[in-house]
Amino acid sequence: MVKKTKSLNLNFGPQHPAAHGVLRLILELDGEVVEKADPHIGLLHRGTEKLIEHKTYTQALPYFDRLDYVAPMNQEHAFALAAEKLLAIEVPIRAKYIRVIFCEIGRILSHILNVTTQALDVGALTPSLWGFEERETLMTFYERASGSRLHANYFRTGGVHQDIPLKLVEDIEKFCKSFPKIIDDLEALLTDNRIFKQRNVEIGIVTKQEALDHSFSGVMLRGSGIPWDLRKSQPYEIYKDLDFKVPVGKNGDCYDRYLCRIEEMRESVKIILQCIEKLPKGPVKSIDGKISPPNRADLKQSMEALIHHFKLFTEGYRVPSGNVYTAVEAPKGEFGVYLISDGSNKPYRCKIRAPGFSHLQAMDYLIRGHMLADVPAVLGSLDIVFGEVDR
Amino acid sequence: MIENLKNVEKLINSELTSKIQKSVIENQELLIEINELDLIEVIQFLKSNEKLKFKQLIDIAGVDYPDEEKRFQLVYLFLSHEYNNRIKLLIKFQSDQVINSITKIFPSANWMEREVFDMYGIKFKNHPDLRRILTDYGFKGHPLRKDFPLTGFNEVRYSEKEKKVIHEPVKLEQNYRNFDFESPWEGTNYIKKIKDREKNGKEN
Repeated sequence: MVKKTKSLNLNFGPQHPAAHGVLRLILELDGEVVEKADPHIGLLHRGTEKLIEHKTYTQALPYFDRLDYVAPMNQEHAFALAAEKLLAIEVPIRAKYIRVIFCEIGRILSHILNVTTQALDVGALTPSLWGFEERETLMTFYERASGSRLHANYFRTGGVHQDIPLKLVEDIEKFCKSFPKIIDDLEALLTDNRIFKQRNVEIGIVTKQEALDHSFSGVMLRGSGIPWDLRKSQPYEIYKDLDFKVPVGKNGDCYDRYLCRIEEMRESVKIILQCIEKLPKGPVKSIDGKISPPNRADLKQSMEALIHHFKLFTEGYRVPSGNVYTAVEAPKGEFGVYLISDGSNKPYRCKIRAPGFSHLQAMDYLIRGHMLADVPAVLGSLDIVFGEVDR
Repeated sequence: MIENLKNVEKLINSELTSKIQKSVIENQELLIEINELDLIEVIQFLKSNEKLKFKQLIDIAGVDYPDEEKRFQLVYLFLSHEYNNRIKLLIKFQSDQVINSITKIFPSANWMEREVFDMYGIKFKNHPDLRRILTDYGFKGHPLRKDFPLTGFNEVRYSEKEKKVIHEPVKLEQNYRNFDFESPWEGTNYIKKIKDREKNGKEN
């Protein structure tokens, strides 16, 4: 006689350390094999898009820090680019370099967090302790440029908020010289680690076709062997002039994605070093006084500057009507902003395209037929941050 | 890039003549407006045509224009890796209309359509699982509609007395203050004109 078995429903999260935030995953299990996964998201939904519709363009920018909070400036970048495209203004060359430096720092920040917590999920504690020390250093750079470690609010339409001091540039350079050694150390702990490989190799395999169908981007796409990086294929800012490689995976499993992230960190270091070497002098925000505010010193002397300052921080600037979609290669994938302006000082609609949203959607398909213990490993390699998934 | 887009526009216009209502290249981006009934056909064409290959759906964005007869708009953003092109597909329709789901063509449309449904209340035909996605369990209303107030209708708190989470109408000490700062102040046009004049070196 065959014994009848019933499948078990398991509630994973929303308060689970391996859920990377507030994910509630309802798993249908047959023994230890996952038959179906139904992610419930929205527990961190703050209505960012609605709020942005009620704020001026300047006020809307800080909301982007709060999306993917491990790489804040990359998000700001997408919004700044969208507004600049509508306004058709030029960004000074120095600002472009500074933006790229901080975007790449953001990439390293995000990848350290992801790689080390993925290791943590599969049982290795040390990498996170080593990695987080470096993140702290990087966040100090954020702080020295913008005034805060996490919610930077540093980019502006037409440039960046203020110039960075020479000492900071030197310190970033110093960091870039020493950081590759840390990556080597992390790799020594993980890359050939037997347990790490057993938990990641051939887990959560994504084929090329499926990566396209599920709207994957960033490392999720490259891990499956599609050489697609917006910094190369649709270059924005100064990425055209920089020399860097795009690491591409082969098997599309969790382990390949881990390798891609490690290599991307090395490439980011190279990009930062090139930027520091080339960093030109000049203004750091648009010289158009109707868009970027006058500097502090002028306020004490010039009536004109005072008026502009007042108008820019109350009314803000108006953006010509139209709609644009701009995307940047954020650490997690293609982060896009679809912005509709009606010619007023507030966006009419701002749709945020978060890479994590499509990645998490594929959870059900990725995890089907895997063991319960693989859930954290797959989740870790998807690189989910709930700030951006829930918006 | 622009040349590329123009070719794409030409190709789409010649292949789908009757279905295209409007096509423009604005801000270096191609936007095509179609009838909502042709949606499936056009998307299938965009995905499968050898010279287009828009194989990835990037996002679906809803837009609400409460004063217009066709109140809602949906913008589908597509990306072609092969030809490195993007396209925006626009449909306009009335508030009670049901739109065909494209989950059969792009599996990733599933959550995107759920989000549109959640935020705007637009219904999709043949969607496998049209539930709310981002808002709370048991939420009422569609937050991104323009007639939905920013502060919402209900607030949630834990009641120490009743030992449970309770929902109650929003009570604010101070209402949301929506200052209207807009003035007849001219934007950047004024500066641009001066710059052009300087560049051209004529007219003083």
